[in-house]
Amino acid sequence: MSEDYKKMWEELDIDLERHDQLLGGLSQLYTNVYLLQKNRPKGMEYYDYVISEVHGLRIKELCDFRKKGNKVVAYFCLYVPEELVLASGAVLVGLCGGSNFADQDAEAVLPRNICPLIKASYGFKVARVCPYFQAADLLVGETTCDGKKKMFELLGELVPLHTVEVPQKPETEQARKLFFEELNTLKSKLEELTGSKITSEGLKKSIETVNAKRAILERLVNTRKASPPPISGKDSLLVFQIAFYDDPQRFTQKTTELVEELEERIRKGEGVVDAEAPRIMISGCPMAIPNWKLHNIVENSGAVIVVEESCVGTRYISMGQIDNSSDSVDGLIKSIADAYLNIHCSCFTPNDGRIKDNIQLAKDFKVDGVIHYSLQTCHGYNIEAKKVESALKEQGIPMLTIETDYSGEDTGQLTTRIEAFLEMLKK
Amino acid sequence: MDPIALGLDMGSVSTKALVLDDSKIVGYAILPTGVNPQNSGKKAVAKACLKAGISMDDIGYTVATGYGRINAPYADSRITEITCHARGAFFSNTDTRTVIDVGGQDSKVISISDDGQVIDFQMNDRCAAGTGRFIEVMARALEMSYNSMSKAALNSTKPSKISSMCTVFAESEVVSLIAKGERREDIAAGLCHSIADRIASMVNRIGLREDVMMTGGVAKNSGLVKLLEKRLKTKIWVPEEPQIIGALGAALIAREKLPSKMRAPREKPRKINYHPMIRT
Repeated sequence: MSEDYKKMWEELDIDLERHDQLLGGLSQLYTNVYLLQKNRPKGMEYYDYVISEVHGLRIKELCDFRKKGNKVVAYFCLYVPEELVLASGAVLVGLCGGSNFADQDAEAVLPRNICPLIKASYGFKVARVCPYFQAADLLVGETTCDGKKKMFELLGELVPLHTVEVPQKPETEQARKLFFEELNTLKSKLEELTGSKITSEGLKKSIETVNAKRAILERLVNTRKASPPPISGKDSLLVFQIAFYDDPQRFTQKTTELVEELEERIRKGEGVVDAEAPRIMISGCPMAIPNWKLHNIVENSGAVIVVEESCVGTRYISMGQIDNSSDSVDGLIKSIADAYLNIHCSCFTPNDGRIKDNIQLAKDFKVDGVIHYSLQTCHGYNIEAKKVESALKEQGIPMLTIETDYSGEDTGQLTTRIEAFLEMLKK
Repeated sequence: MDPIALGLDMGSVSTKALVLDDSKIVGYAILPTGVNPQNSGKKAVAKACLKAGISMDDIGYTVATGYGRINAPYADSRITEITCHARGAFFSNTDTRTVIDVGGQDSKVISISDDGQVIDFQMNDRCAAGTGRFIEVMARALEMSYNSMSKAALNSTKPSKISSMCTVFAESEVVSLIAKGERREDIAAGLCHSIADRIASMVNRIGLREDVMMTGGVAKNSGLVKLLEKRLKTKIWVPEEPQIIGALGAALIAREKLPSKMRAPREKPRKINYHPMIRT
């Protein structure tokens, strides 16, 4: 695709040489991880196409959209409501941060031993290799962890930035009030950016759009309760990763087609693996494109991942169907704020909701074991792993704890640990 | 002759092959893995067969284990060293409930059930802290051989304090202790303390259950085993040849796959130590 889009990338001030390296690596990785899978649903062709055009077609859409005077808002974390952004007439795209490609660039400024996602987020901007970043008119950060907070301050020197404060004790009335106020401030910021007022009609409509996206994703998640599941964990992970930046209406339509195919597969008893394959739940940190490392090792070892308690899994839809019956902008923002505080991130304290979610999901999806996944130095998830493990143990569900980054150097050790865990489950 | 079971443990430092005839170890070999693991694997198998007095054609089933298990395409199946060490340790002493395996680049603590199954395990991540590699690097910094460093540690009266667990940082710490004029024996003992601490914390994470057995090349370091016994306040069993326990486990699994054994139920654990055990 490089020739067709070269001019567009040049206009976005992309470092073309390094960008070519990035895409070359991605294409090879994608072939190995995704295209060699057996029994893939036909509906995955759309997502294959989206990845093959990852820095092409979607970027062109965004550029055309901007040429008409519209704005693109970029974000990293679920607490930034897409509903508000859409209602302002802008679009929201998720930035990746799932590769160590630009670590050397990031390390010129950031400490070496920090979270790989934080490093990547910053690195991709300074290396000028991410067209989504380059096309963003505003970056909305959040205060989920200290590393991100401080990194955002540095990123704010390079791009227009607005940071939303996420309260840490969501159960309290003060927290709900604070988050409501924070979203109101974001609303003003977005209105300032786009020059158009957010109305209750606009918000009602955008809530409907995002509700539809969440509804179809929930149906997708539910298909994986089947034994054998009709879709691999890797493929489902990809669908969620793409949800972060695809056009929401098109995404919902394409995912509906996929889900209908999967439901048909279940009726026919067709699975992506044998029914004997151990069923694994992944719980923990988000996995941004192209971080398919853990899923790849687990599924290549003969198990199947049936659910992710993760920002690229059930947490992405944990806001549920947001009530849009209120006729006032304030009322609607209140609904959004309350719903978004149902995302049980480890930045909360206490975070008992997440512990309960893990037990419920493990039961609902009849998992044989849980793999807790933490990015290196992610203190929240890393420490919370202990609570998750104890709670699961009480229910007789074994858990393996993994802490890793984006490099491949520990693949051998991870494979041994994961295979030993699976051998333990199979006995 | 009935087909025979072979276990092949391809570790990062040494490759071990073991031939099992029914319940008897009839031959084994330990070779350095080196830069050509495929070759070392084949050589180890040939040597073990020679010792057992059998031809390689007599092998009915091979299970490969260890870090390099993918380098044995001729193996019939591949099982992780965690499962194999548990099997081998339980077979050697059916009272074993905790296995501490410290090899070249990995250290593991495995908790096993009353019927010899893995119920939980801990394994170091990519970090070399508390592994054979750590000891090797430190021995080099002290200009001692691996064995002489282990022995020297026993003669220490005042072990040095080593605060760093990281191999790279600990090495520079050792260099600065040498510069300060501390005795090599004391530094060696200090290093053993630091490794024992690391391993003990892994054991405590999983919960200590007796009896405890230590396997892997590092179990040959008797000074370290003694320290660890003190830290954990328990006796630690060390097999006569702790390096072959993974290969033994692999051979035990292979034995179950032999055509003659296919229909027979898995034998009940017996309190017979086919492999002589010594107490430290």
